[in-house]
Amino acid sequence: MRTAEALRMALEALRVNRLRSTLTMLGVIIGVLAVVILVAIGTGAKNAVEKEIAGLGSNIILVVPGQVGLGAAPTQSRLDLTDVAFVRRVVGDPSKVTVAVNSGEPVRVGRNEVFATLTGTDENMPNIFDRPLRRGRYMSATDVETRRRVTVLGAEVAAKLFGDVDPIGRQVTIAGVRFRVIGIYETVGSTFGVARDQEVHVPVTTAQRLIGLPRINGIAVGASGPDEIESLQSRVVAALDARYPDEKFSAVTQTQLLGTIGTVLSMLTGVLAAIAGISLLVGGVGVSNIMLVSVRERTKEIGLRKALGARQRDVLWQFLIEAVLLTTIGGLIGILLGVGGALLIQALSPVPAAITWWSIALAFGVSVGVGVFFGVAPARRAGRLDPVVALRSE
Amino acid sequence: MTTEPSATPPAAFEAIGLTRSYDLEGVSVDALRGVDLRIEQGEFVAIVGPSGSGKSTLMHLLGCLDRPTSGVLRVGGVDVSTLDDTHLAELRNQTIGFVFQSFHLLARTPALDNVALPLVYRGVGRSERRARAEAALTAVGLGHRLGHRPSQMSGGEQQRVAIARALVGDPQVVLADEPTGNLDTRNGEEVMNLLEHLNADSGVAVVLVTHEADVAGRAHRQIHVRDGLIELDSRSRTAPAATTEGDAG
Repeated sequence: MRTAEALRMALEALRVNRLRSTLTMLGVIIGVLAVVILVAIGTGAKNAVEKEIAGLGSNIILVVPGQVGLGAAPTQSRLDLTDVAFVRRVVGDPSKVTVAVNSGEPVRVGRNEVFATLTGTDENMPNIFDRPLRRGRYMSATDVETRRRVTVLGAEVAAKLFGDVDPIGRQVTIAGVRFRVIGIYETVGSTFGVARDQEVHVPVTTAQRLIGLPRINGIAVGASGPDEIESLQSRVVAALDARYPDEKFSAVTQTQLLGTIGTVLSMLTGVLAAIAGISLLVGGVGVSNIMLVSVRERTKEIGLRKALGARQRDVLWQFLIEAVLLTTIGGLIGILLGVGGALLIQALSPVPAAITWWSIALAFGVSVGVGVFFGVAPARRAGRLDPVVALRSE
Repeated sequence: MTTEPSATPPAAFEAIGLTRSYDLEGVSVDALRGVDLRIEQGEFVAIVGPSGSGKSTLMHLLGCLDRPTSGVLRVGGVDVSTLDDTHLAELRNQTIGFVFQSFHLLARTPALDNVALPLVYRGVGRSERRARAEAALTAVGLGHRLGHRPSQMSGGEQQRVAIARALVGDPQVVLADEPTGNLDTRNGEEVMNLLEHLNADSGVAVVLVTHEADVAGRAHRQIHVRDGLIELDSRSRTAPAATTEGDAG
């Protein structure tokens, strides 16, 4: 018997038992659908986080007190501005070092009030972070040295407080103190759940006075190129460790962040895919079950075919192809629905979804494999039926 | 042929000391207890006997659906014990056409495809299959029913479709197991006429199993089976004395 013939025969059998075929396929469809969608969501999340990290700027080293790691508690900082000057000397290029002091504060204009992240920084920030201005100017060295009450607003803060009015040169009240707006940042989105468009930047010196503490939260260093990052990182940490022997300092680079978060998210994606894979497996068991029922039900047909000259392998092929066709068609439908679902999720919800070719190929391959694996036993049973017994069955 | 003794063609069936026993829950039951039988090409034979006599077992053995426990069975001169399952299936496909009591048609498949089924397993291409199936259906008077499904046909028509299916592969023998058992008298008559013409016109040997005396009476030779043995082998007087006239050299 030719393969094309067997294929036609199997299609015919599936068509004849339309409802049962559809229900059997449903298990595979749902499994494949789940694999494609969940992997798309996992991958999308990973891509989004990576984009966020890359969006910070390039070749950044973040220096923070304490040990940085997943699950490590934040450590109370005892760094202050003299340490920033120290790091500047270690790095050699003062313009490549900046500082951050953070505090949540209310910001008000007239009757409009929003809660924003007050960030004290200095004139070097734009040299290191990728933070384009929409209007106005960055803070200057003089602003920092003279503790001027000037501020650069995040895009969202500006929009909420001023609406359509141009904020440049106008007054805002931050934690009860009046500041003059000198610039507005472009919309940059959020990083690690920090909504950067809800920040208001002020000179670090001004921020320290406002908060009432001389501390800083962290130092950021910009390396001049990717090759320099590692040596610079260890130099800064070693210098700080030497300065404060009984304290620990950490310096993390974007690459390390990407690595750690990438690993976690890849694991997450893997787990999601595995869970979806289990449902695919269950679908396969369903196929096996239905094929066994089908063999039993069609015992007489098998007997007849054998009487008419079907060899064992003809019957085996017929049923195996039927099983594989079930799962393959189910797999294709599942892929179509999965891709459609992922696109829908992408369009209708904030969850990013990235359809990956490997998940589609894997889901398809697995569904074909499931058909072969779970189809073999029923097909062998069919092939081995004794024609006399089979013909006599009712 | 240079060897002169075998000028006659091989018998359609030749059985020597054929036995078949079944193992039923540890108890051995002898269905056939040593059958010697020779059926020539082109004969029209009825195997008769009460139920449980072993006639169905004999039928299955002749049809190569089953293997003898002991003894020799040659089908068209081929010793079936030398064939594995695959070759046995091919032998069935090439030389034997089956007609069953309950028709055994694929329920949701049109008549044409039902008839073409044996050719599928012979590897015949689709268009040739359809042409031959159509010819076979026309030969049994169902040329106008090609696309009908079994459920849309009467019992008599269904059995004629089954006969067309038995014929489509140009077999040497048609084995008919109670072909009229599920039919009324008129349709049974028609089916028997068809088998008779088939035997007379194209020289296909017809072996039918039946327990109805008048059906058996239509055959030229009656083999009576009882308790797993051939009890009586009689030729009717009206029958042609020999059926090998066309083959005489």
